[in-house]
Amino acid sequence: MENRIIDLFRKKKKNILSVFTTAGFPNLTDTVPVITQLAKEGIDMIEIGMPFSDPVADGDTIQASNKIALDNGMSLEVLFDQIKNIRVHVDIPLILMGYLNPVYQYGIEAFCKKASEIGIDGLILPDLPLDLYLEDYAEIFKKYHLSNILLITPQTSPTRIRQIDEASEGFIYMVSSNSITGKSSGISDQQKEYFQRIEAMNLKNPKIIGFGISDRATFSTACAHAEGAIIGSAFIRALTTDENLPNQIRAFAQSIKQELR
Amino acid sequence: MYQVDEKGFYGQFGGAYIPEMLYPNVEELRQQYLKIIESESFKQEFDLLLKDYVGRPSPLYFASRLSHHYQTQIYLKREDLNHTGAHKINNTLGQIILAKRLGKKRIIAETGAGQHGVATATACALMGMPCIVYMGAVDIDRQKPNVERMRLLGAEVVPATSGSQTLKDATNEAMRHWINNPEDTHYIIGSVVGPHPFPDMVARFQSVISLEMKQQLLEKTGSEDPNYIIACVGGGSNAMGAFYHYLDRPQVNLIVAEAAGLGLKSGESAATTHLGKPGILHGSKTILMQTNDGQVVEPYSISAGLDYPGIGPVHAHLFETARADFNYITDKEAMIAGRLCSQLEGIIPAVESAHALAVLDQRKFESSDVVVINLSGRGDKDMRTYMNYNFDD
Repeated sequence: MENRIIDLFRKKKKNILSVFTTAGFPNLTDTVPVITQLAKEGIDMIEIGMPFSDPVADGDTIQASNKIALDNGMSLEVLFDQIKNIRVHVDIPLILMGYLNPVYQYGIEAFCKKASEIGIDGLILPDLPLDLYLEDYAEIFKKYHLSNILLITPQTSPTRIRQIDEASEGFIYMVSSNSITGKSSGISDQQKEYFQRIEAMNLKNPKIIGFGISDRATFSTACAHAEGAIIGSAFIRALTTDENLPNQIRAFAQSIKQELR
Repeated sequence: MYQVDEKGFYGQFGGAYIPEMLYPNVEELRQQYLKIIESESFKQEFDLLLKDYVGRPSPLYFASRLSHHYQTQIYLKREDLNHTGAHKINNTLGQIILAKRLGKKRIIAETGAGQHGVATATACALMGMPCIVYMGAVDIDRQKPNVERMRLLGAEVVPATSGSQTLKDATNEAMRHWINNPEDTHYIIGSVVGPHPFPDMVARFQSVISLEMKQQLLEKTGSEDPNYIIACVGGGSNAMGAFYHYLDRPQVNLIVAEAAGLGLKSGESAATTHLGKPGILHGSKTILMQTNDGQVVEPYSISAGLDYPGIGPVHAHLFETARADFNYITDKEAMIAGRLCSQLEGIIPAVESAHALAVLDQRKFESSDVVVINLSGRGDKDMRTYMNYNFDD
């Protein structure tokens, strides 16, 4: 079966809306209902966050959701069990995102095999840098048809961007600013310059902009310079335990998507 | 074979497992650090400060009453006599000179007990650089005097309120700050932990301890080599300093004291090599206390300087290759050894260093053995802990 990420970017060239959600948040059993509802609302792609005790690249919102999910009892075992039949309901690309240590403890090969069996299309492991990925992981990822999504930032040198482009399959995750997740508000001229600089490089992979994308305005600015964008912290903030989950997700999706259809 | 390799590894441990956001900073450091710290002008500036500001060389003291008590030849390497009261200042001065030469304008640091925070704030005051120290909110509460020292020195102390609100969370916060300020800021890590090149860099700055030891032992015993060197390990910077020049001398036995807290099986411990397994945290692969699912476990020790869930990757390598012998010392064993040293030698050790002293109760040494204990810090900061401890329990 073809990788759904590659398929998505072949069919859709702009305004791709990707959403990050933390597995097991806000309640342990919300993982599948959240994914299913996001797909129903026409979200194009989903990153499923695997919670970790020490998420160094994340800001307060996602840190807190990680802690709640872990306190709820989330683990990779539980997650894989929850989503084992996800492909019965959901056919958009699904990506697992998280820190390396839990994956390493599960066993890299066992993890990739399991993810692939479930129908996961890609992985984002922010603390697995390019050189170590190429040396120790690339072959295994390939064997199980998992795209490794690599990050670039405003500080990444052109040479390294080319290397990352070469090693990527699926898309490149463009971190919008020098920051952790959920930090900035609005998009500055400096960031736009960075977006334009990357656009002009004509990379072989499509680009998705993430970090600091929180509403319709930032989403559409990002989409003017890349194939799409990822919203994480703003979505996590939109989820609460005391209201009807599908309604919250619908309201969130509509607040971003209106006028872009 | 115990030095870092070209890719930043010690055997299977080490490396730079960092998010792309930190790559330019760490890469800049990796490319520059050896060039800078091996330059003559760096060495001159660093050595002069170690001499006139820190008060080095620190004495190697023959502890005659302790020696008599344990029926062996005990020498104390007196890092407790350094300015600011511990070995930490060796590293912070080295790193701040390096930071200046990299053109950095601000310094951030993490701290557990506050010793590294104080040493960083001190170095920043000396160099006129702004300083932000992240400290777990829980630690701020239990280490008030050090918080006040840092503030008096002009540093901003920022509470880390995430996770367990202790050292590992302060480290997370410092890393986040560095991600958010990639251009003008240097992160002074306090131990031989973090992504390559930090463990090697910190080891080099602390290696002055064993460099001096060689000369001092030659003068006092006629040989550069002791039979044993004993040091405590949290992250492991004082131990690395004491071991550094002896790593390739197998005739010198290296002994590590890890903090076992209330006991190895109590669930309240920080004895990483006894309770952990290989994992990845704070940028390097090392031995890590964690759940089966790979979540980092919060360690415990009476000593705030030893309650870190990992150890430096170089120590993980020394453990795996059995180059060093890893012992575990409970709170109680450390407190008793700390009191004994106070009463026999008139030297009140930091509770961290008391863990190294406690090895004397666990192991039998020959009367002719030369045993060096790295007395990494003084106990002034621990007076409340000593006073409140129930030795009779």
